[in-house]
Amino acid sequence: MINVLFAVAFLVLAPILGGLIAGIDRKLTARMQGRVGPPVLQPFYDVGKLLEKEHVIVSVSQNFFVLAYLVFIAFSGALFFAGGDLLLVVFALTLAHVLLVLGAYSATSPYSFIGAERELVQLMAYEPMVILAAAGFYLATGSFSVMEIAAFPRPLIAVLPGIFIGLFYVLTMKLRKSPFDIATSHHAHQEIVKGVTTEFSGSTLGMVEVAHWYETVFLLGLFWLFFAWSPVIAVIALAILYLAEIFIDNATARVRWGFALRSIWAVTLVLSAANLVWLQYFGGL
Amino acid sequence: MAYMKRSPWIIHYDGSSCNGCDIEVLACLTPLYDVERFGIINTGNPKHADILVVTGSVNEQSRQVIRNIYDQMPEPKVVVAFGICACSGGVFRECYNVDGGIDQVIPVDVYVPGCPVRPEQIIDGVVRALGVLEEKRARMKSGEPAEAGV
Ligand code: SF4
Repeated sequence: MINVLFAVAFLVLAPILGGLIAGIDRKLTARMQGRVGPPVLQPFYDVGKLLEKEHVIVSVSQNFFVLAYLVFIAFSGALFFAGGDLLLVVFALTLAHVLLVLGAYSATSPYSFIGAERELVQLMAYEPMVILAAAGFYLATGSFSVMEIAAFPRPLIAVLPGIFIGLFYVLTMKLRKSPFDIATSHHAHQEIVKGVTTEFSGSTLGMVEVAHWYETVFLLGLFWLFFAWSPVIAVIALAILYLAEIFIDNATARVRWGFALRSIWAVTLVLSAANLVWLQYFGGL
Repeated sequence: MAYMKRSPWIIHYDGSSCNGCDIEVLACLTPLYDVERFGIINTGNPKHADILVVTGSVNEQSRQVIRNIYDQMPEPKVVVAFGICACSGGVFRECYNVDGGIDQVIPVDVYVPGCPVRPEQIIDGVVRALGVLEEKRARMKSGEPAEAGV
């Protein structure tokens, strides 16, 4: 079953919500550093400005790849909120990131090459966890359909704690936050130039930014599933989760990519495997 | 809409500064002055930048670099020369290896003298640059080239 209304609502509202979250994020980050910080609407000003800039193209194909990246991120989010198949959502999301990597590769610049390679490392690092999370939801609820998982009457967090912590561990990387912001970062604007987005400018960069907003909302939706039995608790939990991410972002230094990959694999595979085995043999609700 | 003025991203290049002006530019990012209040971000990437901030004078080695950074920035863009060295060469003007101010290589829109420039002056200079940036955007929108006289 697919709920088209939710999909349309996601497509329209997610950029607004995602942009606001980004703005609040920047404000809180500034406060944590003892600064005043930009206005909450700053991310919208930024994207508005990027759309006003001259359109400089390094290679024609990058337009296509970045547009496709935005479309597939929006598609996977819309499919998720419509209550579609979780596995399909995960694969659409992977495809979206592969398109971003291809966009970065299409500009023959050493900086965007390094960014693209690091983005691939990130994909390798978090992808197993996302698929294992889908498997965990299936074992717990007997369905891959987001709609049925969300309608599950009991708290999934109680049966999937390992999956939850594992997903939280990779969330830092997905949100491009320190210590795992190895492909490109919201801070540190001078390191390896700007990673994967180095060769994008103007509206192309704006599209990458909007895609990131879509993805933020989608990720929060994914975490919503753990608390879906009680919307009030879900909202509180998501707020705490995001605050924790901002705190981690400001309190840690970036790690090297090798360590990022190893630690993510070690933490997520051990936790989620233990969780899945436990679920399979002892339990469920 | 004039988003241009609300989100100026800066790229900073050190032509051959004594580092005095550079430190002052960096001081603007600290909690005391916090230019991110105005949406100003110090990016390291000419393709993302709107304002080219140059400190120090031009010499044979920095000449091509300045030109290269300037050419990579998408329109509309403005150039601000911070410090008397960047404006005219300053005390190093007569040196055998110094060509003079930044305007020897690229068109400069705002000159902010001082040795070194104070953070207050830097913020003021950027705010003035925003006016120029907005003018150029308006010119671009009406189909004219952003740079007058080009
Ligand atoms: S203006 Fe003064 S402080 Fe600035 S670079 Fe020149 S000599 Fe150094």
